Amino acid sequence: MNREELQSAITALNADITFEEGGEYLTANIPADACRDIMQALHNLPAFEMDYMFCLTCVDWKTHLTMVYHLESRKHAHAVVIKSKLDRENPEIETLSDIWRTAEFLEREVYDLFGVRFIHHSDLRRLLLTDDWEGYPLRKDYEDPINMIKL
Amino acid sequence: MLQEVAQKETGDLVINVGPQHPSTHGVLHLVITLNGETIKKVEPHLGYIHRSIEKMCESLSYRQFIYSTSRMDYLSAHINNHACALAVEKGLQIEIPERAQVIRVLMDELTRLASHQLWWGALAMDVGAITPFFHAFREREVLNDIMEETCGARLTMNYMVPGGVMFDLHPNFQSRVKDFITLFKSKLPEYDELVTGNVIFQNRMKQVGFISAEDAVSYGCTGPTLRGSGVSCDIRKHHPYELYDKLQFTEPLETGGDCWARYLVRMEEMRQSLHIVEQLIDNIPEGEFQAKTKAVLKLPKGEFYSRVETARGELGVYIVSEGGLTPYRIKFRSPGFSNLSALDHMARGQKIGDLVAIMGTLDLVIPDIDR
Amino acid sequence: MDVKDNQQHAFPGDVHPTASGGILVSKLDDVINWARSNSLWPLVFGTSCCAIEMMSTASAKYDWSRFGFEVARATPRQADVIIIAGTIVNKMAPVLKRLYDQMADPKYVIAMGACATSGGPFFYNTYSVVKGADHVIPVDVYVAGCPPRPEALLHALITLQAKIKAGDKREKIVIEKFVDSN
Repeated sequence: MNREELQSAITALNADITFEEGGEYLTANIPADACRDIMQALHNLPAFEMDYMFCLTCVDWKTHLTMVYHLESRKHAHAVVIKSKLDRENPEIETLSDIWRTAEFLEREVYDLFGVRFIHHSDLRRLLLTDDWEGYPLRKDYEDPINMIKL
Repeated sequence: MLQEVAQKETGDLVINVGPQHPSTHGVLHLVITLNGETIKKVEPHLGYIHRSIEKMCESLSYRQFIYSTSRMDYLSAHINNHACALAVEKGLQIEIPERAQVIRVLMDELTRLASHQLWWGALAMDVGAITPFFHAFREREVLNDIMEETCGARLTMNYMVPGGVMFDLHPNFQSRVKDFITLFKSKLPEYDELVTGNVIFQNRMKQVGFISAEDAVSYGCTGPTLRGSGVSCDIRKHHPYELYDKLQFTEPLETGGDCWARYLVRMEEMRQSLHIVEQLIDNIPEGEFQAKTKAVLKLPKGEFYSRVETARGELGVYIVSEGGLTPYRIKFRSPGFSNLSALDHMARGQKIGDLVAIMGTLDLVIPDIDR
Repeated sequence: MDVKDNQQHAFPGDVHPTASGGILVSKLDDVINWARSNSLWPLVFGTSCCAIEMMSTASAKYDWSRFGFEVARATPRQADVIIIAGTIVNKMAPVLKRLYDQMADPKYVIAMGACATSGGPFFYNTYSVVKGADHVIPVDVYVAGCPPRPEALLHALITLQAKIKAGDKREKIVIEKFVDSN
């Protein structure tokens, strides 16, 4: 599917989806509570067949967090970026680790560095940092006066 | 009493491999649950070389941050730099001169060769043969010397910059690369004779660490790991950058899904890389090696994603820019991270001795995984 | 350290010729140091990029076995010298300390590369990097470079040999300093 077709097909999934202008990939903003259903559809429906999640990350916008998922279909060779806004104080979103197995580790990394809690994740623990680490270092307001020497 | 002993003997044993262990190629920590000699579960613990590169990059300018990426996957340093340069160029919409493109592709493929050489030597050492290590390093030193002449460094080159490459090629480059091609063509059959044809080695590799195509895609495996399961995924073919769409090379595919398939894919990749270098080495166009760029780079507001094929798989660089001098957020999608997440799946039901062979064919570089 | 090249490999002591040959007079300490310095067994320990250069040093072209380092051990119990090849991060620091504690005395440490010396390129704006391995364990020889060339590592190893031959054990230096300050 080309970009326009993909956009109209994704719009049909959920009425609350908005699209961003420009960008290399088609970028869709979806509400966090509908995330799992939309993702499941993107993975399962034969029209999309997004079987490959090539990136999962989070961005801290100071007022909110944004989950960013990059999905691609190996069969149809189309890609889409899905974004979902999260509350900064209490970031929660459904896990996708049973849809794409790669998400299991990537979500643990995001939990570790941003503090996003993935509901129903089978093994949500810190991945890169030690278990007793305080704070979420990739957040913009993270301060560590002992370890971090600012230039 | 006897019953207790019997129960203990059938119970699970949890052992730790690493973080200091010669077969983990760095500081990976694996917690392995064993039943007898059979692996029930492998749980990787990461972060022993987590250097917070992503956070550091948020305070570095677009010219500066590239150097930290050659320390990420240091065996594919050029290719990592290339990915970053591509992402910045996408933002600035710079067209880079043809000479620079050819130099970049040449360097990428030479890096891939050097990386696969090291993998070959290290894999053979992992499964118990020490001689191939010395053979591999003998040829790798020739490549290191070629790199050093042009880039000034043996390992962490920082040669690619937004707009092209940092310096022009050394006058000796062409002749030395040609010498290397002749040398390595005579050595590759030697590699095959020494290791590939070895029955013991084949027995260590075949039917070990199987992963099916669907699982490998779901785990996000890329590069030779996925190609060993028969899925075409070469970024150079599917999303060509620089000159790759004009070059002739094939993407080696094996359908075995086991260590042996991954081994064969990498061996064939070496031949293909050599083939690419052969096509380009006599056709380096004259001209500029760097496009004219401003001294201070400022990316427009937006998001830029570049994808390249490193020696281990797909590397993605995701830059979120707010229009400032430094990136607002950088994410490196490293190939090793996803490949490692499939290790548990591959190793379950295998013998503990085979775990080393599986990790060897995944070709893990731990700083690339931890970043 | 002022050790001449020809003295480096010579057996310590003075030979007094006699009619039937000669008598060697030497100090036991010197002989022990001579023996120690010429068979240093490094620990296979590498965290990042420098480990590759360490492997290069071990392999055919640079061949550190010329100087007696070829017996690289995978366990700290059998190793004499630990070459810290790569960055040490906060999570790794306790592991490094434990490895060092497990090594049998006498033990020596080489900090290879900028990261192990000072944090190097990861000094500023990082939250997890230890700014120099000497915050964790004492270091005998520092090597500059990112990563250092194999020749630089060889030089560091030879410097360590010279240091051992001269009898400057760390314990001795520490004790002398302690005595001085009191």
